[in-house]
Amino acid sequence: MPLLEVRHLAKHFVRRHGLLRPASVLRAVDDVSFTIEAGETFGLVGETGSGKTTTGRCILRLIEPTSGEVRFRGEDVLRASRRRLREMRRDMQIVFQDPYSSLNPRMQVGDIVEEPLIIHRLGGRAQRRARVDELFALVGLDPGQRQRYPHQFSGGQRQRIGLARALALNPSFIIADEPVSALDVSIQAQVINLLMDLQRRLSLSYLFIAHDLRLVRHICTHVAVMYFGRIVEMGDTAALFEAPQHPYTQALLSAIPVPDPDAGRARIALDPSQIDRTRPLREIRTGHWAAV
Amino acid sequence: MTPADSPPAGLPAGATAAGAAPSAPALLAVEHLRTGFETAGGALVAVDDVSFAIHEGETLGLVGESGSGKSVTAFSIMRLVQPPGRILGGRILFKGRDLLTLGESAMRQVRGAEIALIFQEPSTALNPVYTVGDQIAEALLVHGRASRAAARARAVDLLDAVRIPDAAHRVDDYPHQLSGGQRQRVLIAMALACHPALVIADEPTTALDVTVQAQILELLRDMRREFHLSLLLITHDLGVVAETADRVAIMYAGRIVEEGTVRQIFHEPAHPYTRGLLASIPGREPGTRLHAIEGTVPSLEALPPGCAFGPRCPAHVAACDVAPPPAYPVGPAHTARCYLHRTS
Repeated sequence: MPLLEVRHLAKHFVRRHGLLRPASVLRAVDDVSFTIEAGETFGLVGETGSGKTTTGRCILRLIEPTSGEVRFRGEDVLRASRRRLREMRRDMQIVFQDPYSSLNPRMQVGDIVEEPLIIHRLGGRAQRRARVDELFALVGLDPGQRQRYPHQFSGGQRQRIGLARALALNPSFIIADEPVSALDVSIQAQVINLLMDLQRRLSLSYLFIAHDLRLVRHICTHVAVMYFGRIVEMGDTAALFEAPQHPYTQALLSAIPVPDPDAGRARIALDPSQIDRTRPLREIRTGHWAAV
Repeated sequence: MTPADSPPAGLPAGATAAGAAPSAPALLAVEHLRTGFETAGGALVAVDDVSFAIHEGETLGLVGESGSGKSVTAFSIMRLVQPPGRILGGRILFKGRDLLTLGESAMRQVRGAEIALIFQEPSTALNPVYTVGDQIAEALLVHGRASRAAARARAVDLLDAVRIPDAAHRVDDYPHQLSGGQRQRVLIAMALACHPALVIADEPTTALDVTVQAQILELLRDMRREFHLSLLLITHDLGVVAETADRVAIMYAGRIVEEGTVRQIFHEPAHPYTRGLLASIPGREPGTRLHAIEGTVPSLEALPPGCAFGPRCPAHVAACDVAPPPAYPVGPAHTARCYLHRTS
């Protein structure tokens, strides 16, 4: 049984344009289906407005999807009761992009990491404190700093605090939404290494939402490319990067700046009018789908 | 400054050109620039002994992480550093004149007309209540480069030059009617309005998607050719630099730690920080650990007395803690502030 199954997921937003103009529907996520197996790192890539972040939030029901199906370990997430959903969320956590706004500035960081344990009524005071120390050490923070406030930490350290909080309840699945894009280059590599170490040590699976294609190629086992709310190409990372099939994927990959002044630039221009957005995905090779 | 910090071991700023004939004077030569901020706890030096030169038609990539001083350097060149910030010393020679000695009205003639600045955030750098045509025309009117009627026609030409389709109509659009990429094109058009000799672009593509970024970088390369521009490109993205720059200066904690041609920097990096940055770029062997630079950038309040990169440096030796290294030559027009390259 796959760890996560997403079937025909859709999220439509109704946009109102004032009194005299008719409302329109924005299909932020439009018939999205994919599967994540245990131990995988599944990359969801796309540009601004492609629907990748909305997809991640719909899976956890931080945004209620319009239609579709999400199954986690076979269990229907979208039809779960509030109470059952809360229990399921112990096993599915999210780490956000912005380490500056996702931590409460008025709470000590030790309390931030401890909060999920209190909410889920796990352990007594002493046990919780021991668990917080353990979590600090796990993400490479000094437990002696637990009484400090978020602003006393650098961006990279704050992202570690966000990770410690996400790991508090021992999840097996983490949605990482642009976890390093707000960080400096030299710090990004530290946090990426930490994510990879934690995956091995704790048998985690990731849904990794990102726009940095170099990073996605480096850490993801599988990747799906979103364009205007739909997945246009999906497959094994190496196969997809080596032989992209969809014109959008081809344009996107060719646009990555190469850190080598002697590398030839062969940009593939994108002509949006040439893209048939209604075309369904088909399996062009085992494990590689494209809407072509 | 300590004796080891003085410049003789490095090359004088005006003499570091590649491509241009060595005798040709630089369009811009920044020499020993120091810019600081007065705080309650004393003066913080954000830019320390920064020297570089840009020759006609050349693009210099200024690379650094947040807080490295690259934007403060740009603002210092434009003399737009706001109090409590202050330029503490050095010279900024533009076409042979020291901008730091100009009066404010003379400086206003330089800004926009001779040196133009393109900012990172195309959505905040434009005024939302004026059409893009009015904003381009304003640049021309302020500098007395055109009459009101001619300014509009010139605005259309400029929008056309930056490849905005249907420029004759888009000139009447408001910023919110344009996409992020088109807004950045408008900012580039504004920067080019008075035919400046030098354009400073501060992270011009950081807020843009990668496909749009590729288009804007191509536009900058085209504009450079068509308008005979020199470009100071400030960025944190080494991929962007590799594709756009002729020469590269790497900044760390307020100092230029390495400067060379784009090939020297990418193929023969000499400073451990440059080597670390290049190694930390993902993509070599998927699934393996990345070569992270351990530790964090020191804050300006707590800069070490020696090399600011020393505490994070894999090649650290005792001398690094005593005084900041001067710029040692490591190749033709290639310098590195690192004791690894001390010659004797």
